[in-house]
Formats: sequence, structure tokens, C-alpha cells
Amino acid sequence: MTLDTPTGTTTPRPTPASTLSRGARVRDYGIVVALVAIVIALSLSTDTFLSTGNLVNLLDQCAVVGLLATGATVCIISGVFDLTASATLALSAIVGVQLVRTVGVLGGFAAAVVAGALLGLVTGTIVVRSGVNSFIATLATSIIYRGLAVVVTAGSIIYPLPEQAEDFGMLTWPSVFGLTSATIVFVVVVAGIGALIAATTFGRRVYAVGGNVEAARLSGIRVGQIHVAVYIVSGICSALAGLILASRAGSAQSSMATGMELTAIAAAVIGGTSILGGEGAIWRGVVGALLLTLIGNGFNLLGWDTIYQQVVQGCLILVAVAVDRYLRKRGR
Amino acid sequence: MASLTTAGPTTAASSGTAPDISLRGIGKNYSGVSVLRDVDLDIGRGEVHSLVGENGAGKSTLLKILGGAVRADHGTLSFDGEQAAISGPRDAIRHGVSLISQEGALVPAMTVLENVFLGRWSNRHGLARRRADRARFDELIDVTGFAVDPQARVDRLPMGTRQQVEILRALARGATVLAMDEPTAVLTEHEKENLLGLIRRLAAGDTTVILVSHFLDEVLAVADRVTVLRDGALVITDAAAGLTPTTLVRHMVGREIDVLHAEPAPVPPDAPVRLAARGLRRGLVDGVDLSVRAGEIVGIAGLVGSGRSETLRLLFGADRAADGVVEIDGETLTRLTPRKAMAAGIALVPESRKEEGLVMVRSVRENIALASLAGRRYGPFVRPAAERTSVDDVSRTVDIRAAQPTAAVETLSGGNQQKALFAKWLLREPRVLLIDEPTRGVDVAAKTQIHRLVVELARNGMAVVVVSSEIEEVLGLSHRVLVLRQGRVVGEFPRGAPREDVMAAAFGHA
Repeated sequence: MTLDTPTGTTTPRPTPASTLSRGARVRDYGIVVALVAIVIALSLSTDTFLSTGNLVNLLDQCAVVGLLATGATVCIISGVFDLTASATLALSAIVGVQLVRTVGVLGGFAAAVVAGALLGLVTGTIVVRSGVNSFIATLATSIIYRGLAVVVTAGSIIYPLPEQAEDFGMLTWPSVFGLTSATIVFVVVVAGIGALIAATTFGRRVYAVGGNVEAARLSGIRVGQIHVAVYIVSGICSALAGLILASRAGSAQSSMATGMELTAIAAAVIGGTSILGGEGAIWRGVVGALLLTLIGNGFNLLGWDTIYQQVVQGCLILVAVAVDRYLRKRGR
Repeated sequence: MASLTTAGPTTAASSGTAPDISLRGIGKNYSGVSVLRDVDLDIGRGEVHSLVGENGAGKSTLLKILGGAVRADHGTLSFDGEQAAISGPRDAIRHGVSLISQEGALVPAMTVLENVFLGRWSNRHGLARRRADRARFDELIDVTGFAVDPQARVDRLPMGTRQQVEILRALARGATVLAMDEPTAVLTEHEKENLLGLIRRLAAGDTTVILVSHFLDEVLAVADRVTVLRDGALVITDAAAGLTPTTLVRHMVGREIDVLHAEPAPVPPDAPVRLAARGLRRGLVDGVDLSVRAGEIVGIAGLVGSGRSETLRLLFGADRAADGVVEIDGETLTRLTPRKAMAAGIALVPESRKEEGLVMVRSVRENIALASLAGRRYGPFVRPAAERTSVDDVSRTVDIRAAQPTAAVETLSGGNQQKALFAKWLLREPRVLLIDEPTRGVDVAAKTQIHRLVVELARNGMAVVVVSSEIEEVLGLSHRVLVLRQGRVVGEFPRGAPREDVMAAAFGHA
């Protein structure tokens, strides 16, 4: 059934793609270059950066934003936003702490993760069923979740029982390689979700739905199910991030991590995931989160006034997105 | 929004005559690949000059350089002998050149009148003077003979009318050179005739028209001179009168090719009915019955709005039918969705590659694999080796020329994209193939290949339904042609029926 070519010009014409690969590679890994550059700069300019203590600390700090960025990246690849991330984080952490008091620490932690998944299911169902743009639908939903968090806690800080306090802090304990348990949770979850997105048929469908909803639907993909699933993944990430924060603080409250959903989206974008959907990778979200954390760390180590930190972070986001846009435009 | 700096009525429709255009040594590179090389071209006042070539030959780029949308890397552009620096559409417009693009550059939520005078509305001290605009609009309508409602919102207009709005706007800006990229690709037969008529009238009034088109008959019918480009270089510029479609194609591809349609193999007399539909209804589609036997190619012809594409979508479950039955091998498919249709062995190559067919930012391989992922998995995981083998095999079958299968599908030419779309469905080994516009925006060589592919698939027992706005394509490919008008089948023609009869049925004065 092979087709004979009717033309004599069988030599494939060099399409822009073939010679573009060098430019494409710079674009693909530019963010890693930036990360390495900052690491080298900090290693050279401070004695303390490369110390074990600082690196352990750095990864521990990165865990919360990193988990949220992972959830945000999955959502953005599939073409939706999840602005409920930090509200889901707070609500599931609160549910977790409440249940720790009745069923013990491990049971409570498990309940928090289940709560995160269920909240993701609800968010996803709302977005899919309402047909409202995900940005708006999740913005509204996040306000509801925050409100529920206030209702459940009556606005006060909630604690585990006094005798549980030590176990409750287990996510701050050192673990393998001296890394904190929080870091281990972060690494394991990121590896799992990374494999899910990069190597499974589900991952392929996520990219297809984000790249072109209609083409995905006409290829037999249940678009609604994919979207609900990515919100569940995001909900689980939020819940785990919430547990890490609660475990560190020894408590949970309704105003936890306010605004962090935007930091998560920023990390995803800095990593190079396209806001338009269909492109990106989990490792990019992690690199973005690491970059943001590194800047904070660098400010501390260099003794710079941290009041400028946000200005620098904002500039970084702008530069990252502008460079990405420039390289893409040149590639066309 | 009317800016205060805008001068009053600037009806430049009379701003003079078209310039003599002269291009010397024009070259353009995209990331190191030259898409235009050393092109010399002269276009005289009032000339209709057509640029033809395969996809990727550089004709659209050349047109965009003239229109200021793209800057040349080398060479010079002169108007009436004076060298000009064109660094944007504004410069081009100053020299009277206006680009009428394929996609259209109108503001969808504004009215026709607002679009025609976009940014140049008549005003007094910044206050819009709609009546003055209206008077200028009526003058333009007199010149062009278009029938366009000035108060209609552009997003509610059909493609053909939108294009007329663009032409009106160009004329309102005093354009004396119209650079049109594939202007007839989205038009119905009737609109096409009107447009070609207008081009002739404008040229008679000393307006220059530069036309990029894939339709060689149309090019030869309207152009004074034709320039053929191949791989970015100018092959020949000659008077249209001395050229034929065959000679043009020879120049385009470098040697003579068979432009005739592939001949479908006869359907075995005992071939069973594979696909049947009765009383399909929804929107434009108003009770369509059809049946297709295994190995048969059934064409559907009809004007835009006759319900041809909509019928195909109902057969695939892309839209849910309000009423009617779809059967495969005698079994009724209820509450049809794309998933159910696919499970029953139906595939749909949709009308628009970009909007419905391909995920443009993803790789060629991922796109081809997308509809058959479940067949190559290990638990939840994709089996990369199996995928590579399958995709490579089918890519060879349809002859996709991609630099790498990992390149984004948007970097391919239209022809290769269309082949990738076919490849995606062939991997599912469908029993029924529904094809909406098999070769829109595809170059001549790829078109022939796709036609041969379709014929070959039918020979192997696939039931095929082809919808195309190109009547020759439907007639050339099909064993049998159904004509739709206002959502109903109004005629059925055997292979070899005269084109005129089919057209008459489509227009409804049979």
C-alpha cells in the first residue's frame, strides 16, 4: 500500500525544524542554564551555600512551593488553571489536624490527602460541568474553600493533642541522606507525577487536551475526565504541601499559604511551561520552584536586604517569560 | 477609540495610480534556511500577477514582503523606480500596497462599517461622524458591486463576505496594489466567480492585483502574467496566455506529473453495505439518508451551508444528532459519540487540521499515535518502541516528509500535516473513513498522493465518504456523488456524470 511519489524531488527539503534544533535546545534548557549559573554564583560568592546544612534547608524550603508548582504544571499542561491550590491546601490541612486529634497522626495525614483529592474532584467537576473558564471557576471555588476553612476552624488556629505534638512534626524529621522527610515526600511525589505525565497514555492525553481540546475530543479522548483527573492530582499535591506546612508549624489555620497558588503558577511558568497549554514538563515546575527558592536563599546568605527579594522574583518571572517568547518567535 | 490625531476624511481611494513595482535580489532566511533566494520580479501598473508554487516554495513569503508583514533579508524593493524601505504594513500601505491575508485581520466584534474604516473613522474633534463613513462606504460599494450590510457584525458573516470587507478596507485606505493570499480557498463557487470578476474590474481600473493561489485554472483565467517559484527561487515569469495547468505544474515540481485523479477500483457487486444513515437531523442537516458499501467511495457535494461537513460530523458523533439512525454493518449505533464511532471502526479526517485535527504544538509522532494509544500500552505506560515502529511504518505508507518525527507538527508543510492526519486514523485500521476536505491547503504533489491513498484504501475494502468544496475532487475520487442542498440529499450521480449537472443540483436549478 506504499505510495510511490509522483514527483522526482524525493530529497526531503530541509524544513526549518531540522536546522532549528540548536535554537530549540537552548530554548528547552535555558532555564537549567540559569539555575546552574545562580548555583555557581552563590557557591563562589559565599562559603555557606554548598554546606550540607544549607542544601538540606534549601530543599526543605522548596518542598511546599515545589509540590504546588507540580500540581499547577499538570493543570496548565492540560489547559486549565487551579487557583484553588492554596485554599485546598489550607482546608485539607485543617481536616487533617482535626482528624489527627481523633484517629491519630498517620490516620489524620492520610485523611488530609483524601480530603485534597476529594476537593480536587469537586473543583474539577465544577469547572467541567459549569463550562465557566477555569480561571474564573477556580477563583470562585477557592473563595468558597477559604470560607469553609474559616467556618470549620471558627477562625482560630487548631492544634493536634499535646501528646501528639512531637509525632505531628514528623515531616520535619531528618530522613535518608540527612534530607528532611518533607523533602523525601516532595521528591517521591514529583517523580511519580513526572512519570505519570511523561510516560503514560494518561500523560499523552493531558498534553493533547491542553494543546487542542477539539482535536483531542475527536480522537476519542474524554476531555472532561482528563480535566477532573488533573484537578485531583493538583488537590493531592496541595494536601501534601499543607501537611508539610502544618507539620512545621505544629498547627493549621484558615489563612495558611494565602496567595501561594500564584507563586506556584509563577514557578511553572518560569520553568518554561506554556501558559497556553499542551507544552511543558513536571521537571520544569520543579526547576522554577528551585529558582524562586534559591533567590530567597541567596538573599539570606549574601546578607542582602530581603525587602528587595520580591522585586527580584518579579523581574525573574518577567525575564523568563520574555526570553521564552523571544526564542519561540525567532524559532518560527 | 477614534484617535484625535487621525485627520478628517482621508478617502484616499483616489490617491493616485498604482506604482510600477520592482523587486531585485530578494532573499529571506528563517533560522538559517533560505525560503527565498535572489528573486527578481517586475509588476506593472494594473497588472494581475499570480504567484504559484508548491507549499513552501516561498510565494506567501514573497507576498508578505511586499505587504510589509515580513522583512526581506536581502534585496531591494522599488516603487516607480524609487527604492523604498518597507519595515511594516504602514510603509507598504503608504506605497498603496495592501495585504489581504488568508486568515483575515478584522475585528470580529465590530460592524462591517467600523472595520472598513478601522482606525480612520471620520471624526470631528474626535467625535465619530458615522454618516460621513456611511457615504464613503456607499461609494466603495458602487465601485466593487459587493452586497454587504454595513451594520452587520463581522463575526456573524460567512468567510466570503469577511474577505469582501477586507478588500473594501484596503480600497478605503487607498490601496492601488492588492496582495491576496489564497483568496478563493474559503469561498464557494459562486463567491469565487464574483471575486475573479472583481479582480478583472479592478485591474481594468489600473489597480494592480498580486494573487497567490493553488488553483491553477483560476490563475490562468484571471492573471495577465504568472510567476512560478520553486524552493524559494524564481523558475519562470511568463504571460498566462502561453501557459497551461500542465506546464505550470511541470515548472512547480520540476517535471511533469500526472494531475489527473486516481481512478477508483470498481466496487465488487457483492460488497455489503458497511455504513448506513437514515433521517439524520440537526441544525443545517434536515433528514439525510445515505449508504456506503465496503470498498465504495461516496462523494458529497454541495454549497457552503448545504450541511455537508455537518453530515459527516453527525456520522462520527462529533455532534449529537437530534434525530436519525447510524448503522455499521446493519447494527445501530445509539447515542453516538466519537469514542463509540471509533470503537465501531469509524474515523473522521476533519475539515480543519489546525482547529479539529492536529495538536499543533505536539510532535508528529505524538499526533499520529494519539487515536490509538490504548493499542500500544503496558499497563498505564506507553510502549515507546512499539509506538516508534507503528508510527514509522504508517508514516512511510502515507509518505510523510518530516525532518524528525519529534518535530512539532506545526513545522510541517500543509501537505505533510494532512498526511499525518491520515496516518493517525490509519493506525486504527478503520472500516469506515469519513474525509472532510481531503486536500485543502495541500500542494499539488501531496494532493495526488492523498488521492491515490484514498483510492487504495477503498480497494482494500474500506468504506469512504469524501466531502470537498472542490467539485472536481469529489467527482474525480468517488464512485457515486450525493448532492446536498439545504440539508437534504437532492441528487445522486454515478461516476462520470457531467460537472454541470452536479452543480445545477447543488444550486437548485436542475
